Amino acid sequence: MSETTSTPQVGAAGMVSDRDPTDAPVMIHLDGVEKVYTPGAAPAVEKLTLDVHKGEILVLVGPSGCGKSTTLRLINRMIEPTAGRIIFDDEDVTDIDANELRRRIGYVIQRIGLFPHQTIAENIGTVPRLLGWDAERTRKRSDELLDLVGLEPGIYRDRYPKELSGGQAQRVGVARALAADPPVMLMDEPFGAVDPITRDRLQNEFLRLQAEVQKTIVFVTHDIDEAVKMGDRIAILRERSVVAQLDTPARILSYPVDDFVDDFIGSGSTLKGLHFERVSGLAIPEYPVVRRDTPREEARRILDMSDFRWLLMLDERGRPARWLNETHLADTSRPLHEVGPVVRAVVERNATLHDALEAMITSSAGQAVIVHRDGTYVGVVQIELLTEVIGRMRREARKHYEDLEATQTTDTP
Amino acid sequence: MSAPTATTTVRRFDPRAELGLIVTPVVLGAVFLAYWGWLGGQDLSSQAESALTTTNLVRQTGEQLSITALSTIGVLLIAIPLGIALTRPRGKRFAGPALAVANAGQAVPAYGLLVLMLAILGGVFGRANDNILQNTLGVWLGPGLVITVISLILFAILPVLRNTMVGLTQVDQDVIEAGLGMGMTRREVLLRIELPLAVPVMLAGVRTALVINVGMATLAFLIGGGGLGVTIRSGIQLSQNLVVLTGGVLTALLALGIDWIGGVAERLLRPKGI
Repeated sequence: MSETTSTPQVGAAGMVSDRDPTDAPVMIHLDGVEKVYTPGAAPAVEKLTLDVHKGEILVLVGPSGCGKSTTLRLINRMIEPTAGRIIFDDEDVTDIDANELRRRIGYVIQRIGLFPHQTIAENIGTVPRLLGWDAERTRKRSDELLDLVGLEPGIYRDRYPKELSGGQAQRVGVARALAADPPVMLMDEPFGAVDPITRDRLQNEFLRLQAEVQKTIVFVTHDIDEAVKMGDRIAILRERSVVAQLDTPARILSYPVDDFVDDFIGSGSTLKGLHFERVSGLAIPEYPVVRRDTPREEARRILDMSDFRWLLMLDERGRPARWLNETHLADTSRPLHEVGPVVRAVVERNATLHDALEAMITSSAGQAVIVHRDGTYVGVVQIELLTEVIGRMRREARKHYEDLEATQTTDTP
Repeated sequence: MSAPTATTTVRRFDPRAELGLIVTPVVLGAVFLAYWGWLGGQDLSSQAESALTTTNLVRQTGEQLSITALSTIGVLLIAIPLGIALTRPRGKRFAGPALAVANAGQAVPAYGLLVLMLAILGGVFGRANDNILQNTLGVWLGPGLVITVISLILFAILPVLRNTMVGLTQVDQDVIEAGLGMGMTRREVLLRIELPLAVPVMLAGVRTALVINVGMATLAFLIGGGGLGVTIRSGIQLSQNLVVLTGGVLTALLALGIDWIGGVAERLLRPKGI
């Protein structure tokens, strides 16, 4: 890790969000939606009732064959439900013309399905053409969208899909889904077919894009890490698309409601949970600091008086410079500002606790220094502080579910 | 990013294929002229002279070409809609039987098929003059030619039918899913996505049908359908080898020329990007 500041993993639409997605009005309401393929047999999707709120990314995640893709395809009626209603922005769309409905919903699938015989611009213009836009408006819109997904229109507009890399094709797929500015997007493992590095970049880009366009998104994945990263809320589905737990990623990670969810989110959920707290939210205790010009005896006195094993030396501009311990103070062969390990593990105040933990692990003093944006010293985080936060997150999540249960019991006499 | 190489990959420029398309007609023309010049230098018998008049040969070539064109058009009109129908969800279960029938059509020996068709259809064109087919197509083209064309349609339907079906079924399901998912109707998906993507495979079938038809048209003389087969038969009957040879060379050049046209069509009609 370099001396430069570590930034949070995700940009504008980051994982840390204080906004409660369920505050927004309901955009898609599934009311007891069911799909039975063979009458008498077990349904593929069993009486599912689910709200998707305006502007949120709701991730449907679950093991293979749990019916998450089927559920997604029930929303735009690529699969017709055998029971239940689909309410779309207060309009019952269960029986309207399916093609008309689909033109109002962006749809991105894993293998993208770009039309190989059409240029990128023509691909993006598919829905606008279906809606009868004129050529000029369609052309402008596809240029605008190429810009939005980070592809230079002048270069890519007239290319054919096979000239694109997987990541570029995926961006075009997203642009095509956004073409007619649909309020809702359905995404079926959209980043499943690209390599991990490209996937990570596409995910970040998409979150940034979403912060801009604020669509209501239902996102299917089998990858809990992707779900945690992308979702404002996550619905963990078990067989037949039964919702095992539906909540924010932070709460699911802190408090899996049952063994199924616990197994599914797997080991390391506590670590993943650290993505959802920022360093700025911590109460940081006093830490012993010395200046570059602090005399040795003074430094020793400060260390002796503190409860810590390390002193932090700041440089003349107030930025963390070196760690000093007993041994370094005893080493009189060199001036104090030349002994002790150089501080490398620094994180900015808006970094997540996950970043802070990573910094701690790499630090020679086992602790991470928090700095302002300009690199000046704020405080020091230690592992004990993280343990406390984890405990607090768990308590809060448990309390949330206990309160929920309490209201439900009082609601139903 | 592969910006500079992009445009060249689209056209899939294959110098040898391009060269073939230019060289073929030149070679065919040269062979024709060389043969014609050589034939002029030969000492022809009077029988050969009368069989090889320019008028005869031009007429027979014309007949050969009309048989080819008409039967190929017939094949397209039947095989493509049928192929589409047999790949739709409702038609799929008939695909097997339909292919079996088309296979049988091609498996019957050509001569047999022609004679069979003459036996079946001959009555229609031979006797009743009040018959509508006889009064229209029959008068216009001659009954032999009509029967030949019908036989050739049966004979050449298989490659087009099969390739239409293969071309349509091999279209990436994800592409179709994407089209439907964006609100295209089934019909729009067929016309704007499936058919354009199936075109290369379909064209290969059409080219095969063309070549079958132009070759088989040589047998039309058997049932009075005309064509260059007439010259070949005269040569055989009169034991005039030069006449047989001339008929054979013209037939071969015609077939190669038609195949070349098929190749050009494949090249020009293939959608860009695939």
